Amino acid sequence: MPAEILVLGGGVGGSRTANLLARQLPAGSARVRVVDATGLHVYQPGFLYLAFGQANGGWLARDLRSLLRRDVGLIVDRARRIDTDAKVVHLEQEGPVGYDHLVIATGSHLDHASVPGLTQGAHGFYSLKDAERLREELRAFQGGTVIVGIAGMPYKCPPAPVEFVLLLEEYLRKRGVRDRTTIKFLSPLNRVFTIESASQMVAPIFEQKGIELHTFVNIESVDPDKRQVLSLEGETFDYDLAVLVPPHRGADVITASGLGDRGGWLPTDRHSLRVEGVDDVYAIGDCTDLPISKSGSTAHYEAHPIVEQIVAAVEGRAPEPKKARYEGQVMCFFEMGDRKATIIRFDYDHPPGPPKPSVVWHLAKWGFNRAYWYFVPRGIF
Amino acid sequence: MPTAATKEIDARGSFCPGPLMELIRAIRDADVGDTIAILSKDPGSRTDIPAWVAKAKHEMVEISDEDGYSRYVVKKAR
Ligand SMILES: Cc1cc2nc3c(=O)[nH]c(=O)nc-3n(C[C@H](O)[C@H](O)[C@H](O)COP(=O)(O)OP(=O)(O)OC[C@H]3O[C@@H](n4cnc5c(N)ncnc54)[C@H](O)[C@@H]3O)c2cc1C
Repeated sequence: MPAEILVLGGGVGGSRTANLLARQLPAGSARVRVVDATGLHVYQPGFLYLAFGQANGGWLARDLRSLLRRDVGLIVDRARRIDTDAKVVHLEQEGPVGYDHLVIATGSHLDHASVPGLTQGAHGFYSLKDAERLREELRAFQGGTVIVGIAGMPYKCPPAPVEFVLLLEEYLRKRGVRDRTTIKFLSPLNRVFTIESASQMVAPIFEQKGIELHTFVNIESVDPDKRQVLSLEGETFDYDLAVLVPPHRGADVITASGLGDRGGWLPTDRHSLRVEGVDDVYAIGDCTDLPISKSGSTAHYEAHPIVEQIVAAVEGRAPEPKKARYEGQVMCFFEMGDRKATIIRFDYDHPPGPPKPSVVWHLAKWGFNRAYWYFVPRGIF
Repeated sequence: MPTAATKEIDARGSFCPGPLMELIRAIRDADVGDTIAILSKDPGSRTDIPAWVAKAKHEMVEISDEDGYSRYVVKKAR
């Protein structure tokens, strides 16, 4: 009997894991299937560019089927509940589907409703719909106070709001409305964002570009009528345009299955990426509770140790210790505006030391945006 | 004797900004007058936690060094 391998979610982590598994497993030894609620694969980093009218529709979303190897099955359906005792996932349409090995890759989900007034009062760029709406708002913007902030931790791609504010500054300057605009960046921490070395690099750039940095601002609510953002620390910020990152949660299926913590994140072993306390279940990408960035690049690296462990189990051998261990690798390009960018690389034991921003990394990010579709989900590179 | 707290949070497994975010979450859920103790191994907490407490106008009751970690006691003041 071939082993049944089920992958929940066909985003960065899920599609890459499924393709790598199918490539490495001996023919006939296993059946690999992906379950995805939409059947679409979305390149979320593109939302950043979409908000400024720079994105190419072709690299925002593609049919997931076209990114999976022919020998990977695709079920377009929503997982409702995971029963780890019976080793069954209950799908909305298809009903129960059994597994021998399960990979959960259901991502993170935006929870606008948990911040009063956020939906009515603020814009965003963390979903396709929000980014499109923001693009129209920015086109019509004639000056005033813009607030960019984070309405809940953790959130995916920690550099993205900083990249957004730097690209916004450039965009408004080029449109000739910068001198009529005050830009404020609200950070929940006492620095620009989570990574200290990169924050130290960004702070003087903010100063040079006249972006006000307000630290320790944990957003509590938005008042759409008065156009104010209110913080837990007791501050009030007036705005003409507020661009906020909504709080994130794990997928409903995780909570409904009793597997997650308060935020719906899966308790995950930091090296093996096994979900703690259950057998033959792995977590990859945004859905884990790991203390590292929720990013596509994290999911990219996490796929390899999971694949090694599952292939070893199917082949009836011990996994190769080095290949089966995730060391916390993350690598992200970081846009700084004015055609400059840097790169952040780190792991559990090595904090990043980003190089001086330059056009080289900016071009590298654009190259990556194009090359993504050929390499990342397909598991090449 | 360490100061007793209404709620004790063990954030020793989590690193920057984890312990501070745990404290912020607990303050959100607490009642005015409650005290929250947070345990942290992260050296960054030493500056972050008192700085946040001052900014948010709560009260830093006590910082004590224990065996390999620190214990921060904060009172929700408003
Ligand atoms: C504006 C923005 C910019 C970003 N920039 C970068 C960047 O520069 N670099 C970087 O590395 N990362 C970046 N990211 C983050 C990156 O997109 C995510 O971290 C990454 O997509 C996470 O991969 P994942 O596989 O965990 O989840 P996702 O890619 O989100 O995929 C999750 C999949 O699970 C499916 N799913 C969810 N629930 C169910 C269910 N119950 N049943 C079936 N299917 C389900 C969804 O349909 C989806 O296809 C950015 C994100 C945003 C929003």
